[in-house]
Amino acid sequence: MTTPLPPPKKKDPVERTRQPTQPPGNRSREAQGLTAMAAVGRFALQTCAACGQVQYPPRQVCGQCLGDDLPWQDVDPNGVLLAETKLHHANDLFFRDRVPWRLGVVGMDAGPSVVAHLAEDCRQGDRVKLSLNLDRSGHAVMNARPEKPGPNQEDDMQLRELSMDPKDRRVLIVNGKTELGLALARAFQTAGAREIFVGHGEPWKASASLEAIRAMDGVTLFPLDVTDTDSVEELASVLGGKVEILVNNSYHLRPGGAVDRMDMNVSREEMDIHYFGLLRLAGTFGPAMRGRGADSAHGACAWVNVLSAYAQINNPAFGTYSASQAAARSLAQCLRAEMAAGGVRVLNAYTGPLDDEWHQMVPPPKLAPDMVAGRIISALQNGHEDLAIGAVAEEIAERLAENPKEIEREIKL
Amino acid sequence: MARTGSARLGYEGVAVCVPVTIPYSRYSLRSAHWFCGRALAELIKGAGLAKNDVDGFCIASFTLAPDSAVGLTQHLGVSPRWLDHIPMGGASGAVALRRAARAVQAGDADIVACIAGDTNHVDSFRNTIASFSQFANDAVYPYGSGGPNASFAFLTDHYMREFGATKADFGKLCVAQRDNALATPHAMMKRPLSLDDYLNARPIADPLGLFDCVMPCAGAEAFLVMSADRAKSLELPFARILSTIERHNAFPDDPIQIRAGWAMDVDDFYDHAGVGPEEMDLVQAYDDYPVICFMQIEDLGFCGKGGAAEFVRAHDLTAAGDFPFNTSGGQLSVGQAGAAGGSLGLVETIRQLTDQCLGRVVDNARHGLASCFGMINYDRGLCTSAAILARGDR
Repeated sequence: MTTPLPPPKKKDPVERTRQPTQPPGNRSREAQGLTAMAAVGRFALQTCAACGQVQYPPRQVCGQCLGDDLPWQDVDPNGVLLAETKLHHANDLFFRDRVPWRLGVVGMDAGPSVVAHLAEDCRQGDRVKLSLNLDRSGHAVMNARPEKPGPNQEDDMQLRELSMDPKDRRVLIVNGKTELGLALARAFQTAGAREIFVGHGEPWKASASLEAIRAMDGVTLFPLDVTDTDSVEELASVLGGKVEILVNNSYHLRPGGAVDRMDMNVSREEMDIHYFGLLRLAGTFGPAMRGRGADSAHGACAWVNVLSAYAQINNPAFGTYSASQAAARSLAQCLRAEMAAGGVRVLNAYTGPLDDEWHQMVPPPKLAPDMVAGRIISALQNGHEDLAIGAVAEEIAERLAENPKEIEREIKL
Repeated sequence: MARTGSARLGYEGVAVCVPVTIPYSRYSLRSAHWFCGRALAELIKGAGLAKNDVDGFCIASFTLAPDSAVGLTQHLGVSPRWLDHIPMGGASGAVALRRAARAVQAGDADIVACIAGDTNHVDSFRNTIASFSQFANDAVYPYGSGGPNASFAFLTDHYMREFGATKADFGKLCVAQRDNALATPHAMMKRPLSLDDYLNARPIADPLGLFDCVMPCAGAEAFLVMSADRAKSLELPFARILSTIERHNAFPDDPIQIRAGWAMDVDDFYDHAGVGPEEMDLVQAYDDYPVICFMQIEDLGFCGKGGAAEFVRAHDLTAAGDFPFNTSGGQLSVGQAGAAGGSLGLVETIRQLTDQCLGRVVDNARHGLASCFGMINYDRGLCTSAAILARGDR
C-alpha cells in the first residue's frame, strides 16, 4: 500500500523556500510525440504501419522492418515489472532534491521494455499499468502503477511531484457567481483541496451559486473583479503566496459577430474579461506561484484556464466572443512557457456550450457544469494539459487536426 | 576439448606490444588531447620509435569533443595513412585491436597506436550522461538522472532474482579485485576492502552500493600493434592474438539483459583461437559493475548461464588464485578513465603475457582473455568484444 500523504506543515517564514528546478527536459523531435499524447491523456506509441511493431523509445524508422510510417496509436498499457531500483543518488538537481526515487523496467505486453517512474506499491514480477503523464518540465514520462489500484494510490509522493493533484492544496476559483464556479468549488472540495478561495464581482448582483458556495465549509469568499487591475492586485497581495492551483473560470458570452452586430462595448467587455482579465491575473498571481513551484509536496502546481472550444476556431454566431477567447488562448501559451521555470503547469480546458443561462439559445449537446469540473480535476490528477470537454469540443479538436479549412467553412456547432 | 577451427583468417604474424597507462587522477584540468598525446609519447619512447614511424591510429575517447581522431592528428602533429575513431566506449579495446591487426596484416599500416583516453573535469561525467544518446535523453535520463548506476541497478536486480546471486557473491569479486589493486601503482583505490565494508557501503541505487560502482576519473591506456618481425627487430616483448570477437545489439528480443554478444560468438571465439576457456591463465573482464563480470564469466563459457555466483564461490579470483581475474584491480579499484576503461583489461593482459607487470604477477601465464563491454544506449549495453592473447616468442 502507498504511504498516506503527510499533511502540509505550517510555513516557517524564516526558512528559505526551496527554489523550483525542472526534471531533464531535453527531448528529440520524435519524443515530442509522447508529449503530444500525454498532453491530452492518451497512452499511444508509434506503431509501424507496415509490420505493426510497437516502437519505444520513439524513432524515425521501424526497428523491425525499417518502415518509416510510424503513426501514434493507442496501445495496451499493461505489462510486467522486470526490475526495480531505488535511486539514492542523482546527477540532476530536480531529482537530487527528491531522492530516494523509485524506478522500474516494465516489459510491456505490447512488446517494448520501458524505463518508468515506479509507484511505491509495485514489486518485481507484479503486473503493472503504464501511463504517460507530463512531468514538471512539461514533457511526457512513463509511470508504472499496480494494475489494480491499491489504497492511497493518489498519495504516492513521486506521482505527486509529477502531477497537479488538488489534494491538500489551496485553490482559487476566480468566479463564484456561475454554476460552473459552484461545480468547481464542490469538485475541489471532494478532491481533498485544503482550502478553497472563491472570487466574486458585481456586488449589486445576487447569485444563487455564490450563496450555495458561501454555505460550504472550508471556503472563503473574496471580492474579485478581473476587469479591475486594483481589485486583482489587492487580492494577489493577500492570497498570492497561498494559491497553489488557480482556476480562471470567468467568461462573458454574448452572441454576435462583426458585420451583423458591430458593438464595441460588448467586444471590449469580452476582451477585458477573457484577455485582459487573464493578463491581470497572470501578472499578479503568476510570479508568486512560480516562485513556490517546489515549496514542499504541497507547492504551487497548476494554473487552469477554462476556455471555449471556439478559442481554437471562430464560431461566427459568437464571433467576437470567439476572437477574445483566441486571444486568451494565445496568452495562455505564453503563460505556460513563463510558468515552466517554476514547474507550474498550465491546463487549458476547452469546453463546448455549457448548460447554463447564457447558453439558453444554443441547441444541445450542452455540458453540465459538474461534468466540466470533474474532468478538470481528473486532468490535474493525471497531469494532462490540453483538455477537450464534451462532444462539441472533442469534435472541434478532431476536425482541426484533420482539416482546419473544412471546419472554418462549416463549423455549425 | 576438440576445436573444429574457424572459417576466419588467423592473426599470424601480428604482435601486440608496449602496454602503456597514463596514471589516473580523479579530476584533471588537462584535456583528452593531453592524455592521448602523453600516451603516444610513452608508446614511442617504449618502442624506441620516432613519432612518424607510427602510421596508423585507433582512438577511443568520450571527451575529445568537439574534436575526433581527425583533430587529434593535427594537435599531435602526425600524418597517419590509417585512422580510426571507435565510438564504443568500454568495448573499444578489443575492437581497436582487431581492426589494427587486420590493417597491419594487409599492409595498410605498419605500426598502429591504439589509444583510449579521457579527461575528467568536475562536470565531465554529468555532461556525458546528460546527453549520452538519443534514446537515453528521451527515455532514461528524465527518469531520475541516475546514469549508468540506475541502468545497472535494473540489470543487477533482475539478475539476482532470476539466478539467485547474492550481494555477498558480488562482494567476493569486488574484494578480490581490491586485493589485486593494492599492488597496482596507479590504482585510485588503495585501501583494503573487506566483505563487511562492501556489504555495509552507502546505498547508491538499490541493490547497488558504493563499491559496486566505478569511480569516473581521467587517464589513458594504450598499446601498439605491428608485425611480429618488426617487434622482434625492435626487441620488444610482445603477445600474439589467437582470436577476437565483436558484436553489437545482440539478443534485441530479450526483454531485459541477462546475456550479451559474447554468448552469440563464444563458440567461434574459441574455435578460432584453438584453445578453450580451460586454457585461460587469466581473465580480464569489463567490470563497470560486478553483475556484468558475472555475465562475462557465463557468456564466455567458464560456466553455464546463471552459474557465475556458484563459480565465484568456488574459485579464488585474486592474481594468486585458481581463477586470476582482473589482476590489476579492474576499473572497480583502479578507476574508470572514460573510454580507457575499455582497454584497461587488454593492456593488463599484454603486461602479464610480456612480463611487464606493474602489480601482481600471474605465474607462468601463457594465455589471457580480455573482454570488453560498452554503451548503455537505452536499457542495455550494446557493444561487446573480446580477445584471446598468447605469450609471443622472442
